[in-house]
Amino acid sequence: MSSITDAAAVAIPEGRTATEKSPQASGSGTWWRHLLGILALIWALFPIVFLVSAALNPAGSLDTSSLLPKTISGANFDTLFGDDSRPYTSWYKNSMIIATVGSLGSVFIGACAAFAFSRLRFTGRRPGLLALLLLQMFPAMLTFPALYLTFAKLGEIIPGLGLNSIWALTLCYLGGAMGANVWLLKGYFDTVPKELDEAAKVDGASHARIFFTMTLRLVLPILVTVFMLSFVGLFSEFLLASIFLQDVNSQTLGVGLYSMSIGNEKNRLFGQFAAGALLASLPVVLLYLGFQKFLIGGMTQGSVK
Amino acid sequence: MAAVPSTLEPMKLGSGYNTPWWANALKWGLIALVVGFAAYVAQRLISSGAWFGVVITAFVLMCVLAVYSTRRFIPMKYLLPGLVLLVGLQIWPIVYTVATAFTNYGQGHTLSKDEATARNLANSVKEVEGSERYKLSIAVPEGADVATAELTFLLTKPDGATFVGTKDGLEPLTADGVEKSEAGKITKAPGYTILNAREANKRSADLEEFAVPVNENAGIKNVGISSAFEGAPTLKYDAAADTLTDTSQNIVYSPKDAYWTAPDGQRLATGWKENVGFKNFSDLLTNPTIRAGFFKIFVWNVAFAALSVITTFILGMLLALLFNDPKLKGKGFYRSLLILPYAIPGFVTALVWASMFNQEFGLVNSLTHLNVDWLGNAWAAKAAILLTNLWLGFPYMFLVCTGALQSIPGDVKEAAKIDGAGPLRTLRSITMPLLLVAVGPLLIASFAFNFNNFSLIYLLTQGGPFQSDNTSIGSTDLLITYAFRLAFSGASPNIGLASAVCIFIFFIVAAMSYSGFARTKSLEEVN
Repeated sequence: MSSITDAAAVAIPEGRTATEKSPQASGSGTWWRHLLGILALIWALFPIVFLVSAALNPAGSLDTSSLLPKTISGANFDTLFGDDSRPYTSWYKNSMIIATVGSLGSVFIGACAAFAFSRLRFTGRRPGLLALLLLQMFPAMLTFPALYLTFAKLGEIIPGLGLNSIWALTLCYLGGAMGANVWLLKGYFDTVPKELDEAAKVDGASHARIFFTMTLRLVLPILVTVFMLSFVGLFSEFLLASIFLQDVNSQTLGVGLYSMSIGNEKNRLFGQFAAGALLASLPVVLLYLGFQKFLIGGMTQGSVK
Repeated sequence: MAAVPSTLEPMKLGSGYNTPWWANALKWGLIALVVGFAAYVAQRLISSGAWFGVVITAFVLMCVLAVYSTRRFIPMKYLLPGLVLLVGLQIWPIVYTVATAFTNYGQGHTLSKDEATARNLANSVKEVEGSERYKLSIAVPEGADVATAELTFLLTKPDGATFVGTKDGLEPLTADGVEKSEAGKITKAPGYTILNAREANKRSADLEEFAVPVNENAGIKNVGISSAFEGAPTLKYDAAADTLTDTSQNIVYSPKDAYWTAPDGQRLATGWKENVGFKNFSDLLTNPTIRAGFFKIFVWNVAFAALSVITTFILGMLLALLFNDPKLKGKGFYRSLLILPYAIPGFVTALVWASMFNQEFGLVNSLTHLNVDWLGNAWAAKAAILLTNLWLGFPYMFLVCTGALQSIPGDVKEAAKIDGAGPLRTLRSITMPLLLVAVGPLLIASFAFNFNNFSLIYLLTQGGPFQSDNTSIGSTDLLITYAFRLAFSGASPNIGLASAVCIFIFFIVAAMSYSGFARTKSLEEVN
């Protein structure tokens, strides 16, 4: 259980020291902290304010943009959705499909592997775990030349699984699913008492029944964490997406927005770009704000392991 | 964990659980689906002659059947899907990258020597006077992208017989479903998409290189987009001497540096892929232009990763100390807003900052009344990148440090106070060492991440600005953006060299991760 309570401690900073220090009479000594805190907020928020005002700027070009909007309109959003040569809705759909399917797959594969490593005993279990750990030293994206060549060839043989296919890209992301999260997941699986499994087994439950109806429910918090971490990661992935997805209709938000912000038209397209970037940020920002504790706990745990 | 048994309560001891019928149906349905998919894949592989792929597909299918249709191999039931994906998409690419690093794979070097020779022969086809012309329709396989897919010639002989010509050769086209115009030109053929004139013209560059080899001594080339001729190549291949001879001008080409090269150094257009041993690696270390650039990139790469970690850590830690006052109100409010830069997707951050650094219209210059060419000057671009990464990364360090500060026990600090230590002394001798122990491994992980922070650099500067005398090495390139450019853009993409750079990065990252893992002792915890 230790690893998880540590995560909780990281996630919830308030409280602990407050009770241990002797309370003092007033908060009058904290004004300078608020002052510096506001400075920090200005630093943290001005690019976001700029992005929002650029998205609402009716003139819609970079040279007319400013930190605070002079007038507000939704014109950029209209152009964004009306631009046939830049199919923003397709990009959005592709990104959501890749991130959702990819992270659901990651969670399922990771959970299966963690169950085997945590609950079942078999030869090669320890070497297997260590091998997975060692494999994580090689970031998958470094193999991009080989992935490109492989899928270029595969696409000739099986159309639909080549370059320009979001399914091929999703498959690529799933390659690392087992290794990436198995340590984090196994750590949590280990905290679920084995006696529960044994009791169920005595009652005659099969391993599949134990896994699907019992273990998966007990480890739900870590599954949610892993799902969101990989969703955020896949949603923002750029390297492989830009290699794979060259056809404009198959692109993701990252690749599509990048294509809007290079070249001769970037000044004119800036408002449209800002509107698109703002909407593109929403899913991840909402995830972060809604599930801060899950994500922060998982972030620190995931990196330490 | 106490809530669990309630879900198990209704089950009585020894009553057993019968597997519900739908679970079995689902299981066998999935197995059938896998078998069906494997059959489809195998059929496609067979039709394209990839026998090695057929063997692998059959092997994977046998594994699936052995594991899931029997009651044995229980652990494998949970590991197989992940394992197949792991081997296919992580281990195989590593092996393939290593193999590619020892070749010259790249533009003009994608074919085997035999294929390249055949292509050169086909390209040298000259029309023999008086030979018959074919009616031609240019097509691509059905469902493929008309702008990029492999070209196919649909040909009608003067006697009405129809053929399909690809880069691999000529085959008869069965008449079923084929429609012809009055002149005999094929207008519809099952399995192929025929290009219209506009689409065909767009492919003119590809058409120039394309010819259908008929046999050793003849090939079919197009004239315009609706007719083609069969002619004899002017090149002759001499297998014994391993030379190509241009019979019209009497030039002998011999293989050199993976090209057919004439004595005067002139090369035929298509080269081939060959093993070059350690040439790519030795180029990185010894070729003066590559080495100088590579070394420069390496130094900046380390500096970038180190400075990113240091700056984000310092700002994050200061903010964490700032808000670590129990009397401070509104900490949750501050935290929720300070986390925002980290929550915005990385590509949005990089692209928005790139606009803000625009010299003419950018926000940074207009707010500070400077006129710095942020992305055009080598040093300013480096500063711009570090500034962006500071904005992007400080919230993470802030959260991590806050957590670590909270876990430092209060009695240690109290003991220091009793011993007469002031606040600064406590910070320096108590808080800082404990904090660093807690976040040390995270700093190493953050270094390793930033070492390969492709999207930030690529989206912000594309590795530039570039000096006019060397367009392959940018001032802000990381090793990985450099490898990316080597492989996919620039004048002559060289995937072999890019793979060598990737392997180089492998070793650096592995060394770093090893030190990280050694510290966290996770290797010892395996049980």
